[in-house]
Amino acid sequence: MRIVIIGNGMVGYKFCEKLVSRTHPAQFQITVFGEEVRPAYDRVHLSEFFNGKSADDLSLAPSSWYADNNITLYLSDPVHRIDRHSKTVISHFGLVVPYDFLIIATGSAAFVPAISGVEKQGVFLYRTIEDLQMMRDWAPQARTGAVIGGGLLGLEAAKALIDLGVLETHVIEFAPRLMPRQIDSNGSSVLETRLRQLGISIHTNKGTEAIEGGQAISGLRFSDGSRLSVDMLVISAGIRPRDELAGAAGIKTGTRGGIVVNKHMQTSDPEIYAIGECALFDEMIYGLVAPGYDMAEVAISHILQGEKIFTGFDMSTKLKLIGNDVASFGDPFASGENVRTIVMEDSLQGIYKRLNISADGKTLLGGILVGEAGSYNMLLQTCKNKLVLPPDAGELIFGSRVAGGDQGAGVTALPEDAVICSCEGITKAQICSSVTGNGCETVEAIRKCTKAGTGCGGCIPMIKDLMVHAMHAEGKYIRNILCEHFQYSRQELYDLVKIHSYKTYDEVLDNLGTGHGCEACKPAVASVLASLWGEMILKKGNDTAQDSNDRFLANIQKGGTYSVVPRIPGGEITPDKLIVIGSIAKKYNLYTKITGGQRIDMFGAHLSDLPLIWEELIEAGFESGHAYGKALRTVKSCVGSTWCRFGLHDSVSYAIRVEERYRGLRAPHKIKSAVSGCVRECAEAQSKDFGIIATEKGWNLYVCGNGGSKPQHAKLLASDLDSDTCIRYIDRFLMFYIRTADPLTRTATWLNKMDGGIDYLRNVVVNDSLGMAQQWEAEMQSLVDSYECEWKVAVENPEVRKRFNHFINAPEEKDPTVQFTALREQKRAAEWK
Amino acid sequence: MIVTTTINWLFACHVSDVPENGGVCVKFENEQVALFHFTRRNEWFATQNECPHRRQMVLSRGMIGAQGEEPKVACPFHKKTFSLKTGECLNGDECAIKTFPVKLVGEKVFIGMEAG
Ligand code: SRM
Ligand SMILES: Cc1cc2nc3c(=O)[nH]c(=O)nc-3n(C[C@H](O)[C@H](O)[C@H](O)COP(=O)(O)OP(=O)(O)OC[C@H]3O[C@@H](n4cnc5c(N)ncnc54)[C@H](O)[C@@H]3O)c2cc1C
Ligand code: SF4
Ligand code: FES
Repeated sequence: MRIVIIGNGMVGYKFCEKLVSRTHPAQFQITVFGEEVRPAYDRVHLSEFFNGKSADDLSLAPSSWYADNNITLYLSDPVHRIDRHSKTVISHFGLVVPYDFLIIATGSAAFVPAISGVEKQGVFLYRTIEDLQMMRDWAPQARTGAVIGGGLLGLEAAKALIDLGVLETHVIEFAPRLMPRQIDSNGSSVLETRLRQLGISIHTNKGTEAIEGGQAISGLRFSDGSRLSVDMLVISAGIRPRDELAGAAGIKTGTRGGIVVNKHMQTSDPEIYAIGECALFDEMIYGLVAPGYDMAEVAISHILQGEKIFTGFDMSTKLKLIGNDVASFGDPFASGENVRTIVMEDSLQGIYKRLNISADGKTLLGGILVGEAGSYNMLLQTCKNKLVLPPDAGELIFGSRVAGGDQGAGVTALPEDAVICSCEGITKAQICSSVTGNGCETVEAIRKCTKAGTGCGGCIPMIKDLMVHAMHAEGKYIRNILCEHFQYSRQELYDLVKIHSYKTYDEVLDNLGTGHGCEACKPAVASVLASLWGEMILKKGNDTAQDSNDRFLANIQKGGTYSVVPRIPGGEITPDKLIVIGSIAKKYNLYTKITGGQRIDMFGAHLSDLPLIWEELIEAGFESGHAYGKALRTVKSCVGSTWCRFGLHDSVSYAIRVEERYRGLRAPHKIKSAVSGCVRECAEAQSKDFGIIATEKGWNLYVCGNGGSKPQHAKLLASDLDSDTCIRYIDRFLMFYIRTADPLTRTATWLNKMDGGIDYLRNVVVNDSLGMAQQWEAEMQSLVDSYECEWKVAVENPEVRKRFNHFINAPEEKDPTVQFTALREQKRAAEWK
Repeated sequence: MIVTTTINWLFACHVSDVPENGGVCVKFENEQVALFHFTRRNEWFATQNECPHRRQMVLSRGMIGAQGEEPKVACPFHKKTFSLKTGECLNGDECAIKTFPVKLVGEKVFIGMEAG
């Protein structure tokens, strides 16, 4: 049997993958024609191309996969014509290939409205890797960009423009509001406010009449006579199914496009199937990948004489605008007599949620989430599986008081055949049986075994819950163990290492673990050892257990060079020291930048130059800034009462005291602090792991703040403390954190998981409810006393110094593959790949 | 057809030059080879120094360990891991790396490179 597939996109690929996994290699002779230059890639995550993913990263399978599976793949060679008479396809380059079954998976193309000037330079579509490459090349010269289309893809494209560094981004929508197909008008207006905060200007009710400019775009003219000057435009005004081949071959197509198919995915010619975004089922084009995969499954089933049929597909979606979740599911607009709606709107935080519920209050019909969509998976499942709602359904959107608790219960309530991963069509039963039957006890293992979670990835949190649920059901105690080599949590390990006074990684592994270690447990154990004993981290035996950055006492950068960050306590530095930094940077040809932590970073140092640079820095009175360590980073300060007219206390002196006390302290994750001289808070202390703000009477101590991707304000732990008490509280707080947190958990996350939250923490630190205060203060004091600058130790020890050469057999040579390019009178790392 | 390849054993360094349970980079003309001493298992491994993910010359600075019985190295950049025995990428998404045989003669370490 000969099968020819036209189109090597996401659905065409999935068809191949499913077909070869179901059949014997000799059964079918498979030929694929693709129009694009590369084999099928993950279009859903296309935008990640701008966040560092390469074309290869996005690839669904390398060319070799097709060869290995006996599939003949022709790329850059679109099918030109289908000859139904002779049952052959004719390609652009003239190949003629006969078929018994023909699969059309030509997808869709971006719809380009009839506006004059679309051919100008600087006008782009948003569909293929090539489109994105062209955008990336154009973007550096663009200041202002616009997107035509305020739908799902348009907003994703707008976010991409921001990522590309376009300073001013506009979204032009013809309809009166954004995402009219997915969310209601209240949701749109909340979304609009949020996007404006991101720096995106929104223009609704705007019809674009012309693209102006010479060869390149210079602006847009609208039907209301207004104009907007832009130097880059992305058109994302919808999609048009690619039915041209089918139409020309006399296969039935819809009036508004799309190849008409039946429930077996057969077109009007029963030997020709259409699947994916080009197929029109029941008057509908499904512009999502999951229904396309389902269609592939159905077509294969029919070819192999199976029973599966296509019955339509849920169009629930969640948009991936970072920090601006937007989701809609079921029937988002349901209204009328038999529907009750619950709405929650928080215009302050930009959150809007709507649930549509049956009149008897029992079932969820659909809903909309804007600004916060953490409960999307659970709500979607509740809706799809018609689970009976709790008496107070409002809880579903206001969130129940017990964090995390109700998620697990939700998973239990789902029926066995609930589809969890809609991209791959994997059910709850399949996931649970991979845990109980195949012993998959990590999300990674479940993904490998079932393929669940390998598509859009939206279901991964739920897979995790199901895994825990299935393991619980088997009576397995889920422990937060480090990795396959240690059956202990970090806290258990910390206590055991302490009791037994183990000092090296090997000792710990020999006595408490099994096997030979890995990149998860090595740094975690090394960090515990450093927190407990305060020994130089590169002491023989522990050196190779350190995370790579710790091992070389510097952060590795693109290209394999390192950054150098001397400590500048409180951000205070003398002119002489500034000069030293300048001259060292010049001597070793380093790029210099003021960091967000009030100090100076020197980038681009060759491995073998590190000890030489540090020798000079130490000579001038600098010491390591531990920018590479899970350790204290900076204690920022404002100028405070010595100069500032509002300052209440000397915040700089106090910041220096705090920074010098905790420098070098190893912890489960990095720790940052700041001291502000008054409530104006110029040092941003409330965004730090511990922050100190001057009051009339002393200092207020805040803890567990975080910047990063999920910013969180610190919480007030104690007020009006004198300087010494404040330090004692910090000692206790830090020791408690170091002892009990999981690896790589910042204080904010640690607190979020703590039963009783800040009240409990206050009880432990301030009221000494665990009776540990004295011991912790003493332990901290001994760590403070044992501090030494590890760079000083490193440069003075020839054994350690030897490790800072690129070639062991040519120590004087630098890595010849390291490359720099010039940038604003300095250098930068050459772009990778 | 029988293909015979000749292996040239090239002197790399001394045993004491390589950190315990760690690696170093060895230069053979224009080639960079990562050499590892897996002291815990009393084994030596050699692979290409370049990580195929972003083509970075850093595998010798990676952390070694084991997944089950399979010895592996994790790249310092994005933690892609590769089998030290076969060179296969254990995260399944990168291409494999080259591996080379290692031989000890007394305190001297030699790496076997195909002549060509
Ligand atoms: C240099 C600097 C950016 C700059 O040019 O200003 C920087 C650079 C890096 N940051 Fe940062 N961060 C810098 C300030 C910050 C700040 C602002 C601050 O400290 O006031 C934040 C948000 C505050 C916070 O941490 O809560 C910040 C949040 C992060 C995060 C996210 C942490 C989180 O909890 O989510 C990471 C990733 C991580 O640590 O896992 C990160 C990781 C990194 C790494 C280490 C990424 C890496 O692994 O290579 C960068 C290393 C550069 C280097 O080699 O020195 N950096 N980073 C800043 C150095 C400050 C310093 O003097 O030490
Ligand atoms: C930026 C972006 C973000 C998206 N985000 C999501 C999301 O979050 N969730 C979601 O579910 N979906 C999303 N989608 C939609 C999803 O990518 C599509 O639903 C999916 O790719 C459809 O697969 P397909 O194989 O039908 O079409 P395609 O992936 O478009 O593949 C069709 C292929 O056929 C080729 N072709 C066309 N004509 C011929 C010919 N004559 N001969 C040979 N080859 C031909 C085309 O060049 C193309 O390579 C997104 C799409 C884009 C562009
Ligand atoms: S926080 Fe207070 S002391 Fe510090 S600079 Fe601002 S106003 Fe001055
Ligand atoms: S460069 Fe090695 S993992 Fe990315």
